Amino acid sequence: MELADIIVKFILVVIIFAISLVIAMYSTYAERKIAAFFQDRIGPNRAGPWGLLQPLADGGKMFLKEEIIPTNASSFLFIVGPSLAIMTACIGSAVIPWGQKLTIGAHVIDLQVADINVGILYVFGVVSLGVYGVMIGGWASNNKYSLLGAIRAASQNISYEISMGLSIIALLLITGTLSLRQIAEQQHSWHWNVLSQPVGFILFLICAFAETNRTPFDLPECETELVGGYHTEYSSMKLGFYLFAEYINMFISSAVMVTLYWGAYNYPFMDWMAAHIGTNGAVILGVTLMFAKIFLFIFFFMWVRWTIPRFRYDQLMDLGWKILIPIAIANIVVTGIVITLINR
Amino acid sequence: MNTFYFIAFLSIFFSILVITAKNPVHSILYLILTFFTFTIHYILLNAQFLAIVNFIVYMGAILVLFLYTLMLMNLNKESEQPKSNLIKFAAVIGGGCFLVTIVAALKAFGASNPVILKDPNLGLVKNLGKVLFNEYLLPFEISSVLLLSAMVGAVLLATKDPKTAA
Amino acid sequence: MEPLSNKRKVVDNKPLNFWERAYLPAIAQGLAITMKHFFRKPVTISYPEEKREFSENFRGMHSLKRDENGKERCTACGLCALSCPAEAITMTAAERQPGEENLYREEKYAAVYEINMLRCIFCGLCEEACPKEAIYLDGDIVPSDYLRKDFIYGKDKLVEAPLNP
Repeated sequence: MELADIIVKFILVVIIFAISLVIAMYSTYAERKIAAFFQDRIGPNRAGPWGLLQPLADGGKMFLKEEIIPTNASSFLFIVGPSLAIMTACIGSAVIPWGQKLTIGAHVIDLQVADINVGILYVFGVVSLGVYGVMIGGWASNNKYSLLGAIRAASQNISYEISMGLSIIALLLITGTLSLRQIAEQQHSWHWNVLSQPVGFILFLICAFAETNRTPFDLPECETELVGGYHTEYSSMKLGFYLFAEYINMFISSAVMVTLYWGAYNYPFMDWMAAHIGTNGAVILGVTLMFAKIFLFIFFFMWVRWTIPRFRYDQLMDLGWKILIPIAIANIVVTGIVITLINR
Repeated sequence: MNTFYFIAFLSIFFSILVITAKNPVHSILYLILTFFTFTIHYILLNAQFLAIVNFIVYMGAILVLFLYTLMLMNLNKESEQPKSNLIKFAAVIGGGCFLVTIVAALKAFGASNPVILKDPNLGLVKNLGKVLFNEYLLPFEISSVLLLSAMVGAVLLATKDPKTAA
Repeated sequence: MEPLSNKRKVVDNKPLNFWERAYLPAIAQGLAITMKHFFRKPVTISYPEEKREFSENFRGMHSLKRDENGKERCTACGLCALSCPAEAITMTAAERQPGEENLYREEKYAAVYEINMLRCIFCGLCEEACPKEAIYLDGDIVPSDYLRKDFIYGKDKLVEAPLNP
C-alpha cells in the first residue's frame, strides 16, 4: 500500500469516527426532541437556537460531575467496563460500505474502511463482544442491582444473537457472500433484499432492538425494577460512555440493517442519475441517501421506544426462544426450498 | 514472524494468569484475553473464517456464559473447601497423562518438516465450506448430531420431572 | 341494579385471537397513535416568556393597598396574622407621628410587615380577615429564589406603588 492510500484510509477512519460520534451526540438530542413531540411537548429549547447546543451542555455536565468509584468495587474493572462498551460500539463501523468508489483524478477512493470477506460475521462478533462492557461494569460495581442488570444483559444478548444469526443465514443463502461490499453491490438500483427477505428483516429488526438494549427490550437498565440497571453505580463521564455507547450501537445497527436489507447506498434509477449528473455526483447522492435511510431507522428506534412498554423478563425469553428462533428456522427452510426450485 | 512471537508470548502469558488469578471472575477475563490472542493467531494464518468464529462463539457466547455462571455463584476464597487427597492424586495423574501426550505429540511433529499449507486460501469462507461439505461431509454431520444430543440432554435436565412436580 | 349512566362496561376475559396474539398488528396500531401525536400542536406553555391566563379568583402574591389619596390602609391590627393558618405573617405596629398624615391613613400603622412566602399557603384568609381592605392576594406567582431569607417579603415588596409620588 502506498503512502497516499494510507493517508486516504486514515482520513476516512477519522471522518467515520467523527460522524458516528456526532450522530450519537445528536441522537441524544433527537431522542429528547422526538419524545417531546410524541407527548405533545416541545422538548429541550434553551441551549442555543431550538436547543441545538443541548448535547454540548450535557457533555460538559457529564465531564464536570463528581467521579465516584464505590469503595468495594474493583476499581480497575469498574473503569474497563464503560471503556470496553464504547470501544466495541466504535469499531463496528469499520466494515460498513458507505458508498460506491469515488474517483478524484487518478485516485479511486473506496468509501469503506476495510472490505474483509467475512464482514457480517465481523459485525456480529463486535456486537457479541459489546455485552462484556455491560457485564464487567455490572459485576465490578459490587451492587446487586448492577449485577442483575448485567446478568439480564448477558442472557438477553445471547438469546437474541441466535435468532439474529439465523435470520442472517437466510439472507446469506440468497447473497452467497459474507462481504458487506458485495451484498451492497448485489442490491443495485431497486433490488433490495427486503423485497426477498421480509420475514428475515422483521426478525433482524426485533433482534437489533434487543441487542442495542432499546425499549421494549431495555430490561438491563429498567428503572422500575433495578434502579438504574448495570449503570446504577456509575457517575460522571463513565455513565456518559455507557449511554453514548447505546446511541452509537443504535447508529451502527441501523447502518447494518440498511446495508443488509434496504439496499445500502443504492436507489432506483441510479444508472440514469449517474449518466446525467456524473459518477461522483451519483455516488455522493447514494451516500446521502444511505444516511437518510439510517436516520429513518434511528427515528424508528425512537418511535418504538416512546410507544411500546417494556417486556416482562419471561415474555422476553419466550419471544426469543419459542417464537423468533422457530420462525427464523422456518424462514431458512422456505428460502432454501425456493432457491432450489428456482435454480433447477 | 515477530508478530507471531509477540502474540504467542501474550497467549502464554495470559493463560498463566488464568490459572494463577485468585479471583475466578478475573481468571475468566484473562481467559477471554487468551482467546482473543488465539483469534489473532488465526488471522495471522489467513484463516479468517475460523478467526471470526472463534471470536463469536468462544469469546462472544461461551465465555459470556462462563462469566454469567461465575457471577451468579459468587465464589471466593473463604467458601472454597480443601481438596481431598484422592482428588489431588487424580489431578496429578490426569496432568501427567496430558504432559506425556503433549511431549509425544511434540516428538512426532518435531522430526517432520513444518506443515506447509498447499492452498494458503483454504481459510477463506468459500474454500473452507467446499472442503467441509465435500470431503469431510460425514464427520461434519456426525459432529452436528453430537451437538444435537447435547441440546436434547440440556432440555431434559431443564424440564421438570412430572412426578416430583405434581 | 339498573345502571344510572351508560358508562358501564361488561368485562370479558375471552382469549386473544390469532392477530391479537401475533402482537405486531397491535404494535402498528400503537405506532399510528403516537404518530398522530407527533404532528399535534404542543400544549406546552414556555413559562417565563408566555403565561397562562389566570382565573378571576386566582390568589397570587400579596399586596398591601393604599387608599385613594395614596395613604397606606393597613393599621397593624394583627387580624391577618391571627387568621393565618400557616402563621406566615408577622408585623410590628408603630404610632403615626405628626407630619406623616399623608403616608398612613390611621393613627397606627405597620412599621414592619413581613410575610414568609415559603410558609404561606395562599388560602386567602388574611384577605377575608382584614377590616380595612388593606391586603389582597392579587399579584403574580411568587418568583423563585436561591436563599430562604429572600422569601421573607417585607414592606418594600408588598406595599403597592404610591399613587401620587
